[in-house]
Amino acid sequence: MAHLFSLPPISSRAGRVWHRNLVVFVRTWKVNFFPPLVDALLYLFAIGLGIGTYIKEVDGVPYINFIAPAILAISVMNSAFFECTYGSYVRMYYQKSFDAMIATPLSIEDVIAGELLWGATRSVLYVAIMLPVLVAFSVISLPLSLLALPLAFLGGLMFAAIAMCFTAITPGIDTLNYPMFLFITPMMLFSGTFFPLSLLPEAFQYIALALLPLTHIVAIMRMFTLPALSWIILLHLAWIAAVTIIFCVISINLMKKRLIV
Amino acid sequence: MQYRVLPLHNMRIFIHSRTNHWISGSNPVNVIIEAQNLRKNFGDLVAVDGIAFSVKKGEVFGFLGPNGAGKTTTMKMIASVSPRTSGVLQVFGMDPDVQPAEIKQHLGVVPQETNLDPDFTCFGNLFTYSGYFDIPAQTAQKRSDELLEFVQLQEKRDVEVEKLSGGMKRRLILARALVNNPDLLILDEPTIGLDPQARHLIWEKLKTLQAQGNTIVLTTHYLDEAARLCDRLVIMDQGEILVEGAPADLVKLHVGEEIVEVEKSAEVLSCLAGHNIPYEVTGDTVQIATDSSREIAKILLDCCQPKKMLTRPATLEDVFLKLTGRTLRD
Ligand SMILES: Nc1ncnc2c1ncn2[C@@H]1O[C@H](COP(=O)(O)OP(=O)(O)O)[C@@H](O)[C@H]1O
Ligand SMILES: [Mg+2]
Repeated sequence: MAHLFSLPPISSRAGRVWHRNLVVFVRTWKVNFFPPLVDALLYLFAIGLGIGTYIKEVDGVPYINFIAPAILAISVMNSAFFECTYGSYVRMYYQKSFDAMIATPLSIEDVIAGELLWGATRSVLYVAIMLPVLVAFSVISLPLSLLALPLAFLGGLMFAAIAMCFTAITPGIDTLNYPMFLFITPMMLFSGTFFPLSLLPEAFQYIALALLPLTHIVAIMRMFTLPALSWIILLHLAWIAAVTIIFCVISINLMKKRLIV
Repeated sequence: MQYRVLPLHNMRIFIHSRTNHWISGSNPVNVIIEAQNLRKNFGDLVAVDGIAFSVKKGEVFGFLGPNGAGKTTTMKMIASVSPRTSGVLQVFGMDPDVQPAEIKQHLGVVPQETNLDPDFTCFGNLFTYSGYFDIPAQTAQKRSDELLEFVQLQEKRDVEVEKLSGGMKRRLILARALVNNPDLLILDEPTIGLDPQARHLIWEKLKTLQAQGNTIVLTTHYLDEAARLCDRLVIMDQGEILVEGAPADLVKLHVGEEIVEVEKSAEVLSCLAGHNIPYEVTGDTVQIATDSSREIAKILLDCCQPKKMLTRPATLEDVFLKLTGRTLRD
């Protein structure tokens, strides 16, 4: 147990792994560029124009402006989580990339740290492509909404680390569906995304705040895009920072346990 | 060009005999790998059972053994990617547990399992891999192209690795192992699953590297490959080293000069027993190891009415089968 929480030694070589993934991303930019665009448009049309015609306002905010930050937050979650579950698993298990890398001066800690940083970067890139669309539909406000980018990195890192823990313990690629169904999908619905948290029974509100990471990303993101800053942002940030650090450490140690035998 | 193709075969032997005089094998500068009582367990399974060996600079050192003997496990411990359970292991005088990155900086590894990066071209694989060694981009670019030429893949430079044949992939992996100009090459079954042409090409490249004075450790279960390439080798079985020596010496010591093979029949068997000649039966043939095939052949012809008989030089394969038995391994 103790070794799960020991601080892993990481060198600047982690950046090499990050860079490798970036190069592949850029090589295949056409495949990577359109999903965020399409994603943003789909949400805006389906929910904004569809449901939005029935629900005019939530808490005094136009419904489409209410869900715009949620769309960004969900993208932060999905892109990092996908990257560090399916993406990392494929690189680890099918491509044997990690084996190839640790035969060089890179350590397994460097490799996993690089993967986590890359997962976070995916979130930033995804949000960066979505932002102009949302601005064009004037459903988010400038300039404060630009803070969505650093938030995407922080939130992306958190979800990357959580994802990597699942990747470290999954017996095969199929079982990665479980965290998707049991963790990601419910979170997408119950984190103050498409309706305010306050509509949930009080007990569930506490559970959402205590256990669902997305709740905090949505809350901060909404403060940036409406904008409606308040000091509570510090509590949300503290929660995210603590969870991110803990899961980064655990995920690296779990991966080391899986791969170094 | 990094690879000076020098007519070094004789020269290398000359250099070796000199250094051996000076340093008499015990100087740590000249010993690349030193293992004592090296052990590796996977749970209850003992994969490497307290082996000892040492590899000197400039030597091609082989690990032979049936499947599951512990060869790959040993390579991984040397390559500093799998921690040993106990014992002493030093690579370049450093402990893999303590200074893995420093050791790996000077290693080139060809793993048993092909793990090229499918997201890149041939050139991209070498170039990206160079980055992991902190080789500056310009140097890496130049060297990657040189290495593609060395393994005769320059025409495939910009081809995705998925599109390569098995033999080309193995060659590219060999090139990848050389990006950092390693002081020690570790090759785990470098020619596994290749056709004869591809194997010969790899052998030729390894011979070139050997001639340049590279230190190479390789595993194989192709015995002709071992006999051809290795200065010295060990035969492993069930985690232990059974014998160690130069291929020719091992053959002479454990089998003899020649093998006489006769078709099995009751007469032959009783006749051999009558003459007190030790033999081994494999399937339909009787094998007699000897230093004088003529004598044995004469006895057989004169007294035993052999049906078919042939004489051939003893090989490493005979040593291998003698020491590890003929039962099938997995
Ligand atoms: N990661 C592992 N976990 C458990 N057992 C292993 C592992 N790697 C190898 N072994 C076992 O160790 C023994 C030696 O394997 P290996 O070194 O691969 O042999 P070789 O390369 O000589 O064929 C085998 O019995 C193999 O099943
Ligand atoms: Mg093996």
